[in-house]
Amino acid sequence: MSKKVIVLGEVRDGALRNVSFEAIAAAKKVSGDGEVVGVLIGDSVQDLGQELIQYGADRVVAVEHPHLKHYTSDGYGQAFMAVHDQEEPEAIVFGHTALGKDLSPKIAAKLQSGLVSDVTEIEGEGDDAVFIRPIYSGKAFEKVKINEGPVFFTVRPNNIEPLEQDAGRSGDVSTVSADIQNLRSVVKDVVTKATDGVDMSEAKVIVAGGRGVKGPEGFEPLKELADLLGGAIGASRGACDADYCDYSLQIGQTGKVVTPDLYIAAGISGAIQHLAGMSNSKVIVAINKDPEANIFKVADYGIVGDLFEVIPMMIEEIKQLKVNA
Amino acid sequence: MNIYALVKRTFDTEERISVQNGEIAEDGAEFIINPYDEYAVEEAIRVRDEHGGEVTVLTIGSEEAEKQLRTALAMGADKAVLINTEDDLDELDEFGAATIIAEFLKDKDADLILAGNVAIDGGSGQVGPRVAELLGINYVTTITELKIDGDKATVIRDVEGDSETIEAQMPLLITAQQGLNDPRYPSLPGIMKAKKKPLDELELDDIDLEEDDVEVKVERVDVFLPPEKQAGRVLEGDLQDQVKELVQLLRTEAKVI
Ligand SMILES: Cc1cc2nc3c(=O)[nH]c(=O)nc-3n(C[C@H](O)[C@H](O)[C@H](O)COP(=O)(O)OP(=O)(O)OC[C@H]3O[C@@H](n4cnc5c(N)ncnc54)[C@H](O)[C@@H]3O)c2cc1C
Ligand SMILES: Cc1cc2nc3c(=O)[nH]c(=O)nc-3n(C[C@H](O)[C@H](O)[C@H](O)COP(=O)(O)OP(=O)(O)OC[C@H]3O[C@@H](n4cnc5c(N)ncnc54)[C@H](O)[C@@H]3O)c2cc1C
Repeated sequence: MSKKVIVLGEVRDGALRNVSFEAIAAAKKVSGDGEVVGVLIGDSVQDLGQELIQYGADRVVAVEHPHLKHYTSDGYGQAFMAVHDQEEPEAIVFGHTALGKDLSPKIAAKLQSGLVSDVTEIEGEGDDAVFIRPIYSGKAFEKVKINEGPVFFTVRPNNIEPLEQDAGRSGDVSTVSADIQNLRSVVKDVVTKATDGVDMSEAKVIVAGGRGVKGPEGFEPLKELADLLGGAIGASRGACDADYCDYSLQIGQTGKVVTPDLYIAAGISGAIQHLAGMSNSKVIVAINKDPEANIFKVADYGIVGDLFEVIPMMIEEIKQLKVNA
Repeated sequence: MNIYALVKRTFDTEERISVQNGEIAEDGAEFIINPYDEYAVEEAIRVRDEHGGEVTVLTIGSEEAEKQLRTALAMGADKAVLINTEDDLDELDEFGAATIIAEFLKDKDADLILAGNVAIDGGSGQVGPRVAELLGINYVTTITELKIDGDKATVIRDVEGDSETIEAQMPLLITAQQGLNDPRYPSLPGIMKAKKKPLDELELDDIDLEEDDVEVKVERVDVFLPPEKQAGRVLEGDLQDQVKELVQLLRTEAKVI
């Protein structure tokens, strides 16, 4: 049976996030040729509608309101439900981002529905779709299916392949008006802390430092390498606890769980809690002085050595490669 | 202030996971309070110490979860409630868990509810916001700071590394992010006192729920372990050559740079 699916397109700094294109690809899998409708919410977002369509949405519905400039669960909840009530979809897809994690359970509670969070893979299509998601922070996985009610799930960034952008595709972008009112939370201030641009959950390359970096300045060469590779910086809890960096960079069982194409662990011993957060990365490189360090057990490539020698050499080598290419 | 902290009993983070008969094997495993819920309990105690009132810790689980509740009482919570579903339910999804918690809380007039941002086992992060929505109260997730002033709270929310300062109306449910506080270890006198603090045990009946009301909407069909990661190659030779080789391998073999 074909299903009508609505997909929330997430906008950050005026641009659509990659995870939204991945969510559309996921929506196509469960739609069984049903319609895929993109949803945009914000103070001025309609213009991004065509891009969602180029990535596979059939049409887009936008809700614009000055009160939607900043995300709040009340504001976005009201906006999303306005679209939901108009479209009456049989399936809903969000990205499993800070926004998606905050909003999706609220919508699921409103709909009295199930919700499968943090999906990394979908097996089967249409009504037969089965969802795979990590549990125990990636130490195990479960397969689940939805027994009753709408097919509602969130997709983990960087796991589901988006469709190729098709500049020739076009479709209708309409708006729904909604009264956005009685917001019980008001955003007073936003301080951007993250290293410029690349968000860890969406990064293709992560260069992570542990206690071996010895101090906040020890992250500098790692940052240079990450920038060179278009990646993001991460850290072990050891580095966060020692105040070498902010907790928001922590990777592991009580931090972020990441699955980049390339994970470079420098000066990280490889405690089980750290491995839980990164061992499903596609390729892992370990740099550690201690040949016995546990991190080598999960590394595809290891170098036993001082990170303060190895990382600068890597930077030089990669720069060379880029010059020659 | 009437304060509730939601705690879940989970596997110790040190535990390796194994699967038996399509389920996670629990025999011999150590259990702890979900680490994010420790932040929630600690913050609840601090808010009570500053503003007065009472902290109740609440869990859904089996009798075994009494141990984690006693730990929370030993940290300084005043009362504990265990909703024991062992006899009633074989399966429970996030919808069901939130329904049970909200049914229990609906007539309790909580001013503040604190939960963890995510349980490190189930990992959905759904229960907090679902409970708030079912109760019709405001919520803010992944917070690293909480200040309460009358009917308003000022919180700092971690949003993928950015910090948002949010003014939020009470009653409020928050979910705790790492960095919110440093949870205390229970003291010996705390542990002694905890033995005498009230720990109520309820079943679904006692909160007027039937098994059908919490029937799962999401069904687990399989549990499996990721393919064991094979240890790869530790490079050898002169450091400079190793780095050259590594960069080549990343380029041509792994194709990731
Ligand atoms: C409940 C709980 C939850 C936890 N959650 C997490 C989590 O989410 N994430 C996490 O990471 N940890 C977590 N931990 C902590 C974890 O157990 C480890 O303590 C932590 O990961 C260690 O960090 P580290 O590897 O940076 O430090 P260490 O274990 O101290 O390792 C430092 C490494 O650096 C190497 N080194 C030193 N100098 C150099 C150099 N110049 N060049 C190269 N190598 C060098 C050393 O050989 C060593 O292997 C948790 C712990 C608990 C109890
Ligand atoms: C099909 C299916 C079958 C399942 N069967 C079982 C089963 O038989 N037995 C079982 O134990 N689990 C079972 N689970 C897991 C159970 O559904 C989850 O543990 C529960 O829904 C909470 O979700 P979570 O772990 O993702 O918590 P999250 O939503 O990530 O938790 C966030 C916060 O909510 C609070 N919270 C979460 N759970 C509880 C709780 N139990 N009590 C108090 N506060 C809580 C805590 O503050 C926690 O930090 C099953 C799940 C599915 C999908």
